[in-house]
Amino acid sequence: MINFQYARPNEVADAVRQIAADPRARFIAGGTNLLDLMKSDVEQPSRLIDISRLPLKSVEETPDGGLRIGALVPNTDLAYHPLVESRYPLLASAIMAGASQQLRNMASTGGNLMQRTRCYYFYDIATPCNKREPGSGCSAIEGLNRMHAILGTSESCIAVYPSDMSIALAALEATVRVMGPGGERTMAFADFHRLPGDTPERDNNLEPNEIITAIELPPQGFAKNHSYLKIRDRLSYAFALVSVAAALEMDGEAVKEARLALGGVAHKPWRVEAAEAALAGQPANEASFAKAADIVLSGAKGFEHNAFKIDLARRAIIRTLTQAANGTPQSQSSKKIR
Amino acid sequence: MAAYIGTPTSRIDGHAKVTGAAKYAAEFNAPGLAHASLVTSTITKGRIAKIDASEAMRVAGVIDVITHKNRPTMASRDKAYKDDVAAEGSPYRPLYDDEIKFNGQPVAVVVAADADIARFAASLVRVEYIEDPFVTDLLEQRDTAHEVERPSRPRGDAEAAFAAAEVRHEADYFIPTEYHNPMELFATTVTWEGDGKLTVYDKTQGVQNVQRYLVSVFGMKPDDLKVVSPYVGGAFGSGLRPQFQVALAVIAARALERSVRLVLTRPQMYGLSYRPATIEHLALGAKALGPLEAVMHEAIAQTSEYEDFNRNDVAWADQLYKCGNTRYSHKLAKLDVSTPSDMRAPGAASGVYALECAMDELAVALKMDPLQLRFVTYSDREQNADRPYSSKKLRECYRQGAAAFGWEKRNPEPRSMRDGSELVGWGMATGVWEALQMPLTVRIVMTANGHAEVSSATSDIGTGTYTIMAQVAADMLGLPIDNVSIKLGDSTLSESPVEGGSWLAASVANSIATTAEAIRKTLLGVTKTMPDSPLADAKPKDVMLADGKIVSKKDASRAIPIADVMRAGKLDRIDQKAAAPVKDDGKYARNTHSAVFVEVRVDEQIGVIRVTRVVSAAAAGRILNTKTAHSQLLGGVVWGIGMALHEETLTDHRFGRIMNANLGEYHMPVNADIYDINCFFVDEPDATINPMGIKGVGEIGIVGVAAAIANAVYHATGKRVRDLPITIDKLRRD
Ligand SMILES: Cc1cc2nc3c(=O)[nH]c(=O)nc-3n(C[C@H](O)[C@H](O)[C@H](O)COP(=O)(O)OP(=O)(O)OC[C@H]3O[C@@H](n4cnc5c(N)ncnc54)[C@H](O)[C@@H]3O)c2cc1C
Ligand code: SF4
Repeated sequence: MINFQYARPNEVADAVRQIAADPRARFIAGGTNLLDLMKSDVEQPSRLIDISRLPLKSVEETPDGGLRIGALVPNTDLAYHPLVESRYPLLASAIMAGASQQLRNMASTGGNLMQRTRCYYFYDIATPCNKREPGSGCSAIEGLNRMHAILGTSESCIAVYPSDMSIALAALEATVRVMGPGGERTMAFADFHRLPGDTPERDNNLEPNEIITAIELPPQGFAKNHSYLKIRDRLSYAFALVSVAAALEMDGEAVKEARLALGGVAHKPWRVEAAEAALAGQPANEASFAKAADIVLSGAKGFEHNAFKIDLARRAIIRTLTQAANGTPQSQSSKKIR
Repeated sequence: MAAYIGTPTSRIDGHAKVTGAAKYAAEFNAPGLAHASLVTSTITKGRIAKIDASEAMRVAGVIDVITHKNRPTMASRDKAYKDDVAAEGSPYRPLYDDEIKFNGQPVAVVVAADADIARFAASLVRVEYIEDPFVTDLLEQRDTAHEVERPSRPRGDAEAAFAAAEVRHEADYFIPTEYHNPMELFATTVTWEGDGKLTVYDKTQGVQNVQRYLVSVFGMKPDDLKVVSPYVGGAFGSGLRPQFQVALAVIAARALERSVRLVLTRPQMYGLSYRPATIEHLALGAKALGPLEAVMHEAIAQTSEYEDFNRNDVAWADQLYKCGNTRYSHKLAKLDVSTPSDMRAPGAASGVYALECAMDELAVALKMDPLQLRFVTYSDREQNADRPYSSKKLRECYRQGAAAFGWEKRNPEPRSMRDGSELVGWGMATGVWEALQMPLTVRIVMTANGHAEVSSATSDIGTGTYTIMAQVAADMLGLPIDNVSIKLGDSTLSESPVEGGSWLAASVANSIATTAEAIRKTLLGVTKTMPDSPLADAKPKDVMLADGKIVSKKDASRAIPIADVMRAGKLDRIDQKAAAPVKDDGKYARNTHSAVFVEVRVDEQIGVIRVTRVVSAAAAGRILNTKTAHSQLLGGVVWGIGMALHEETLTDHRFGRIMNANLGEYHMPVNADIYDINCFFVDEPDATINPMGIKGVGEIGIVGVAAAIANAVYHATGKRVRDLPITIDKLRRD
């Protein structure tokens, strides 16, 4: 861990000015990811800009009936917020599936979006890693890749984006509000995270001089038919091998509208609109769900240790859609799969 | 007499621990204390070509960077580095020379005015290496493994008997490298007492072992260095040998002639020792109705290039099952890694896992209930030396465990029991461990005000040693427990071996009894000089100490308050030191046993495994403290769940580096993984093993648990996974 400067702006504009002035500066919110990266010398910031006092901590209804979530709302507060619990229970559930109580208390909404991969090699500066050191090579492709991606991989990186919260946000079609020196802009959630391609060092499309200010949710919350199912190596406090966020609008026994996003399988929350479209108007049964799963996973490619994820994801998609259709979402406290 | 022994007495150190008054190795302070941080090797094998510490030295607050080039003198012969429990070979010498033997080996110690500066400066030290080819994969070196001393002589003709057996089972099982991961980080605070004298506060399971090691490595006078370790936040075997942080902290203190603290980081602790990855080959042959015809067990474990660490993985069937034809062999494969060490139930946790899975597979082949097979093969005599047990209430463990679990309701058919979307599986296994006693000296100082101080240089690694010592002393001296104080974890106290192998309870309790007896004799001697003594004709065996009095065992009215006796003898204190004789003439086998029953539920579609019920029934002689002993069993079961389903060290063999060296990625059970666990002891009086009938409970709790889980997973799913941990992907493997 290196020595660094520390600053604590009180206004968003000041934070933006400071980050724009120093390319080696980093924002710190809850610090639950950044500090670990600093301890392993993966991040060596010249300056920490502590944004935890910025006025971005409210959850408010928007005029169109949606919800605006400040970037510094702690994960715990968000999961237990009455409006989220009642109108966007899929989001509450996904947050509760992540990390541990202590971490969720510290973690912020913006920080969660920005959290970096858990690829072992990314964290160990003694090993080659294109994401950490572009051009040094990817140790995972022929190494320990059981946790790695099966979709959207590239020859330079097969890392997985580890957030649970973001999988629900992707399914709910959130938008991300960001502020830069030139002012504010919004990005559709699907455009926020990137595939590794040949620039794996870039996780997302936030510019280095920008700050996330808020996440906005559209009015449609799929509160009746949804489920978040996370499969992992122990029953809590582990990153997903595969996770599925499913949200359905039902019309009797048939699916009217579907949203489906996968975690643990790619460099970004994985959504395939063709699969969702294929579900629309279909009976809510195993055959329809299996067909959607096959569309999502077409093109999936396994590596030495993670090929099992393809079949696991297929089963998990079918199960989660079943839970959503039945109105019996996965409980995050009881570990029995519904 | 037994007011405290056998009761659920709460920990006498509990208050100090929860209030923070109990000090651990990294919490001792000294004026001018400097802080050290390590630079560790990023290569696996080779030499250090160059260390450039100039940038680190320029950081304000950095005092020195110590490497093999500028360290103080250390002994030059291997012998000096051999601690009491060293493995065979040539021990690793911290910071000795330019040779790199394993990844994560310390190469420099940065000392600074505070810990953050030391850590920052450590990241600035540049090390250049000359790399040599290396191997860290046991599977790759399997064929080069060499046989170590045979744990048990072969009996009969196992090969022929196996070939001729009506039913056979043969398979390889695998246990990956596992780490102890104690909560407390390994740490040492060395205080410079002037004139080169040192007090070393260390995290260890053996203060005298560390003291002797340091004195010999640094050529010091024994009186100039003492080791203190009053509290230990878990160790599980990792603190048996002196670990490198203690040597490095002393190196720094001697180099700088000042007090130094060194706390390892969690990742650095993966450069210490571990339970070795082991391949266990099992071959069992039986007659159609069960009796065993042949047992062959071969273990191939990893060790370092420089030491041969081995424990008995393979001969446990001799303690459990009747069989005339056996062959055991233990092999070691040398790898470019650090030396493994004892870890809770070393040998047995791994070997009995394989044996008990193999027994389950044999039961399936025999179409016999696995519990029934244990009864059919039960032996009342230890097989290898053909001798009786001092006690073996394993049948009772099976019976009471099965009853508590409801085993008779089990449908033998795999995949036959389900609950909605989950397959339900019931499995069982046997556990076994040794019941040892070691020479250990206890000192008791009893004062006229009715207080006793009981001391020995042993340690309490969190198991409850303070408490059982106080219970035994209170009963033996006839004092309320509050009048007893315990001192341990100081190398200047009376002689004690390292704390391990489940031998401490028997060793220390019997020695307290022996020392208390000496005190009783002294008191009785004084009563003879008292006029009109009601104990005038009493012999030592006729009296006891109770309620602050010396009392006739036959007639409680014949008693004298101890305070009166001491006054009469003009004694303000009685100071006695004694060690219980350790008698093992080899006539009896000495073991603890257990039976473990497990229910798992496996989601049929997804493969998620939940261990929803565990019953563990253990027979372990006399239980001194039912509360702390229960905790030992409980902890063992939780660990067994981790061993079965979670624990695994992931090494990238291309780099020789452990890639999950932290508690986030090295998985062990969390609360959500733990459901209903019912542990209990069956009554096992043992008049033979030692005067107090104590066997020890530290390790037995983990043995057999992983096997019972693996067997339950098979029963639930029909899928046999033999290489631990049993993860979702392995359940789906062809
Ligand atoms: C042991 C462990 C287990 C975990 N398990 C899970 C899990 O199962 N599922 C899961 O989803 N997560 C898990 N996490 C990750 C956790 O959710 C993230 O660490 C957390 O959400 C990050 O939020 P933070 O506020 O602490 O971010 P910080 O650590 O403060 O910041 C992370 C990054 O985001 C940047 N940043 C923060 N806020 C902003 C902003 N407003 N605008 C622009 N950039 C910003 C920072 O500069 C930094 O680069 C786990 C973490 C740990 C340590
Ligand atoms: S998968 Fe990506 S993050 Fe992991 S080693 Fe390869 S390049 Fe680095």
